[in-house]
Amino acid sequence: MADHYYNAEDLGKFGNIGDYQKEMADKFFSYYGEVFKDGALTAKEKSLIALAVAHAVQCPYCIDSYSSDAYEKGFSEAQMMEAVHVASAIKGGAVLVHGVQMMNKVKEISM
Amino acid sequence: MIKSLKVLQNPLANSSYQLDILEHSPTHKHTSFKDKVAATGMFPLLAGGVDIFQVNMGKMCNQVCKHCHVDAGPDRKEIMTRETMQLCLNVLANSRIKIVDLTGGAPELNPDFRWFVEQIKALGKHIIVRCNLTIILANKRFHDLPEFFKLHRIEVVSSLPSFTQDRTDKQRGDGVFEDSIKALQMLNAVGYGMADTGLTLNLVYNPAGAFLPPSQDALEKEYKFELMKKYNISFNSLFAITNMPISRYLDYLLTTSNYDKYMDKLIAAFNPAAVANVMCRNTISVGWDGFLYDCDFNQMLDLKVTPATSQHLADFDLRLLQNREIILKQHCYGCTAGAGSSCGGAVAE
Repeated sequence: MADHYYNAEDLGKFGNIGDYQKEMADKFFSYYGEVFKDGALTAKEKSLIALAVAHAVQCPYCIDSYSSDAYEKGFSEAQMMEAVHVASAIKGGAVLVHGVQMMNKVKEISM
Repeated sequence: MIKSLKVLQNPLANSSYQLDILEHSPTHKHTSFKDKVAATGMFPLLAGGVDIFQVNMGKMCNQVCKHCHVDAGPDRKEIMTRETMQLCLNVLANSRIKIVDLTGGAPELNPDFRWFVEQIKALGKHIIVRCNLTIILANKRFHDLPEFFKLHRIEVVSSLPSFTQDRTDKQRGDGVFEDSIKALQMLNAVGYGMADTGLTLNLVYNPAGAFLPPSQDALEKEYKFELMKKYNISFNSLFAITNMPISRYLDYLLTTSNYDKYMDKLIAAFNPAAVANVMCRNTISVGWDGFLYDCDFNQMLDLKVTPATSQHLADFDLRLLQNREIILKQHCYGCTAGAGSSCGGAVAE
């Protein structure tokens, strides 16, 4: 085990997860490939969604992959940053909306 | 204006130096292209005929693009003479080659460009001109190029790396996008790219950075939609071309520490199906000085065709050239990555 948790080279080894459980890995990668094909949404649109989700889940591998992929597919720097803001707004909103629960609890226990 | 690598005396202007980097990466070992081709059962790779006669009319250009594999620019003086053009015409007159592809630099900057086109046309050949678009606006004497192209029913192929200004200008220089749009509108005005005119206008996309082209079909749809919506521009097809890791693009990759990662991308995207359709198998590339090469990229690396007795127009021997062995080096990965790449765009599904 390396002395740090993330290594850029590990992204290239993603396919190796099949070494320990091939059947599930094969199903996952097959599904993954299918998801990102042109469908009701274009592959380009899906790439920008993936970029936003990558930031929301704070996955450095996914950010690496989908920053490249979205730029390659023609999104501008401004469009990509707006997608990150969408992720940020949803994550921030998700925190803040729980403030209502806090308010509810405080109201419940206060005089 | 940016200067060429040659004028800057950059070591990458030397083809041997480039080949040394490509064949012996200073930082890590990349799988040999020859081994990859051998694994497909296609080594040695042989030509399957000569259908396209691609002529590099000179390295002079009004632009200095960051990715240029020719290292072309206003400071390059190598230009094809009328005598060498006559040798081309002799070959064409005595062969069944139907397509002549004129490139450069900016081929229109050659003072004998129009004479050469007229002579080729008189032989009944189809002509493709790789026009950088901005040349049409570079000087008053070029403003009538759309009419000249139309008169000779020339197929025009032009680079436009993006339908947005920022990406285009980043790669091709400030102001290039605006002039390219004006030039495309001038070409449309005489009928190029318009339905039922038979005047073909194809655009070329190549990545403005260290990455591979996306799907050619998807990109073509997007280009057509955006160029029509914003600028009322029509064109026929979009060719998505991969940048070759040579010359000025190699310099970019090395100076930005992208070289190894880019080579890894090309190698990971190696598509055996593209090997059978690479352009060198049906093309012969002619240098400004009359020497013969498998493609424009091998030309810039000074890798002359294998038949030792037919390496110049003066010794052109179609019998030897049509099934010659193609010279393969590491840069050839650029033509076999993903959907493949050629002067006509993708070559595989």
